[in-house]
Amino acid sequence: MFVYVIRRFLTAIPTLFVIVTLAFFLIRVAPGGPFNQERGLSPEIKANLEAQFGLDKPLWHQYLNYLNNLLHGNFGPSYNLPDFTVGELFANGLPISIQLGASALTLALIIGGTLGIVAALHQNRAADYAVIATATAGSTIPTFVIAPIIQLVFALSWNLIPVGGWANGALLNKIGPVITLALPQIAIVARLMRGSMIESLRSNHIRTARAMGLSQWSVVIRHALRGAVLPIISYAGPAAAALLTGSIIVETIFAIPGVGRYFVDAALNRDYTLVMGTVVVIAIFTIVFNLIVDILYAVVDPRVRYD
Amino acid sequence: MLHNLFRATVFAASIMSVGGVYFAAPAYAEMVFNRGNSADPESLDPHKTSTVYEANILRDLFEGLVMQDADANLIPGAAEGWTVSDDGTVYTFKLRADGKWSDGTPVTADDFVYSFRRLLDPATGAEYASMLYVVKNGEDVNTGKMKPEELAVKAVDPTTFEVTLKAPTPYFLEMLTHQSTYPVNKASIEKLGNDWIKAGNLVSNGAFTLAEFIPNDHIKVVKSKTFHGAADVKLDVVNYFPTEDRSTAIKRFEAGEIDYNDDIPTEQMADLKAKFGDQLKIGPYLGTYYYAIKTDKAPWDNVELRNAVSMAIDRDFLAEKVWQNSMLPGYSMVPPGIEGYTSAMAKFADMSQIDREDEAKKILEKLGYGPDKPLKMEIRYNTSENHKNTAVAIQEQLKPLGIDVTMLNTDTKTHYGHLEQKGDFDVARAGWIADYKDPESFLGISRKASGNNYSDFDNADYEAAMDKAAAAGGKPEERMKDLEAAERILIDEVGQIPLLYYSYKNLVSSKVEGYSPNVMDVHPSRFISKTE
Repeated sequence: MFVYVIRRFLTAIPTLFVIVTLAFFLIRVAPGGPFNQERGLSPEIKANLEAQFGLDKPLWHQYLNYLNNLLHGNFGPSYNLPDFTVGELFANGLPISIQLGASALTLALIIGGTLGIVAALHQNRAADYAVIATATAGSTIPTFVIAPIIQLVFALSWNLIPVGGWANGALLNKIGPVITLALPQIAIVARLMRGSMIESLRSNHIRTARAMGLSQWSVVIRHALRGAVLPIISYAGPAAAALLTGSIIVETIFAIPGVGRYFVDAALNRDYTLVMGTVVVIAIFTIVFNLIVDILYAVVDPRVRYD
Repeated sequence: MLHNLFRATVFAASIMSVGGVYFAAPAYAEMVFNRGNSADPESLDPHKTSTVYEANILRDLFEGLVMQDADANLIPGAAEGWTVSDDGTVYTFKLRADGKWSDGTPVTADDFVYSFRRLLDPATGAEYASMLYVVKNGEDVNTGKMKPEELAVKAVDPTTFEVTLKAPTPYFLEMLTHQSTYPVNKASIEKLGNDWIKAGNLVSNGAFTLAEFIPNDHIKVVKSKTFHGAADVKLDVVNYFPTEDRSTAIKRFEAGEIDYNDDIPTEQMADLKAKFGDQLKIGPYLGTYYYAIKTDKAPWDNVELRNAVSMAIDRDFLAEKVWQNSMLPGYSMVPPGIEGYTSAMAKFADMSQIDREDEAKKILEKLGYGPDKPLKMEIRYNTSENHKNTAVAIQEQLKPLGIDVTMLNTDTKTHYGHLEQKGDFDVARAGWIADYKDPESFLGISRKASGNNYSDFDNADYEAAMDKAAAAGGKPEERMKDLEAAERILIDEVGQIPLLYYSYKNLVSSKVEGYSPNVMDVHPSRFISKTE
């Protein structure tokens, strides 16, 4: 297993290299640049700015420079927020996005998982229909609708939580964004869990377990769940990568200083270094979580071996 | 009951949660002003900023030679007074003796020499370096033809700062209210390099000092103990919250989380008026929303045709229906509101819309356009629901005249990249907000050499009139008349198509005192206070 993990990390290096290279040149194809704005700059002033950030050098030179800096852990300065380096922006925002994303994912796995099991055990009965109906609604209502509703109801009408802001991570400020992020995930996890649990409950080893007189609890939790959880793991990997790197909608509506907004803002502002930073971060998260998924597979399913 | 139980539970949980505890219990009753600002500043370095979002904060942190009061009128700042030479080119500023940086050191003429040179030094990469092109050698320094030391500024003695201008510039003092001309602290920049701007390091000379800057979250500034006017500053803390999402900003205002916001979602105008009454402040703001029209390309090189298109656009409809009265119909490039200046309105401004359309139709027929030969026009605009709705409304308005309008939407960077690189287009959306209270700010952008002259307007009479106004620098009244004559040419020649004037749209809590609405939408926190 250890050798397998090391091998996976080594193969990630060329993957990252290809992603960085593609992203570097693709963003440069987009028309306009970081210094085009409503107030036009004279060619001289624009040249001064470009020289300051090394954008006056040939593209291949900039590319080699960027790679060199990246190898030294330096993501460069942000063009549109020059008071901060890209590294500082992520150091500020990423822990916030991770906190919210991890809380939402944990909630989704616990609540969604439980709902899915309950639905599967009561297949085609009232509880099942209730879960399916809720889950369908939950996964079809977009977050930009859920978030303002939460603000109106919980913050303005009932005055239980603040409308927005981070307030240095106060618990009350996290409730709105976490619920908004978690709701669609709960719905998806519940549906996945229901389907795989129904299938798992029908399998031969469960029939054997029941025939041996094991209790319902023991059958479901010790035997059926093990098989049923595999699709959830496959889903949770990429979902975690997406959730932990923030959501522009949730962060903008709740005024949360995470990194989700950089994915869109950086591209729109042609903030080349920030775009590259976001690409590298999301690539690393995706690679790491895919690896975790594969390892968990081996842990849960005795048939999977990597040695 | 349920409410209390919930709060108690959450409170208990928050005490137990690791790393997420936040107590906001001031030792004494601090006066805190929570101020919504539509966007985070790009930078807090005055020399690296350009937008009003930075200006709002920098006005609190720094003090230029001159400043603006609560009504945006010019008042002495770091300089307690000044004299101007008879020919209008040499300004001698007397700095106040009690001017201090937040580290306690005095603000000296050397600081201004250093700051003016730094703004123009090409190595600084200042977007607004052109603010000091009026200073002798300014442009040559910025373009690398001269050294920063050759800039015509000098410290006569520690409290006397002298600036020599290229030519008499009556709006020079107004320009000095712009944040790009604020002084920066030489000692801390030389010691800390790029880190001088960070919270904890930043040394400034304004009414407040920087305490925290968490990007996309908040900027906290606290009252400066060393500020010369500290005795009159009532607020202890100002928190700036970036309120990018206008709808959230409204809800935060309603919940009392912010006391002020600089903008509103215009589509909710009617509801907001009903809900907030007097707390919603709307009035004219020095800004023009206009369409640039490619004047050097057929068929738009024909003045009559440009005029026909301009007069057929129903500006009242745009202002009332599309912008929900958050804008005013505009017929000139310079919006009303500048003292001593009367804007030159388009001649059709007095006609009814029906008469304008008839007149436009006649012109189009005369030029040979009609059902058999429709006039094709493409409107380019940058992404925004209101820009789109404006273009769609204009498309509908021009259709009956046989003008076939198509639209092209791109994101802001692509849009302005295309315009600045002189790309091909027919008509393109643009806007201009005054940097300083002077018609020059609006008329300069239509000059041949301006990088913002997207229309490629090139008219010898206009250039001559603008030069004449510049030459009349020493005589303010004559100069204003010359500028009016220049605008008359620009409007008659339809160098641009002005459509609307901007309005300020502030939400101000009834607890806030000292707020005064003004055409520059400038509200320094040092004049503001709050009642509980």
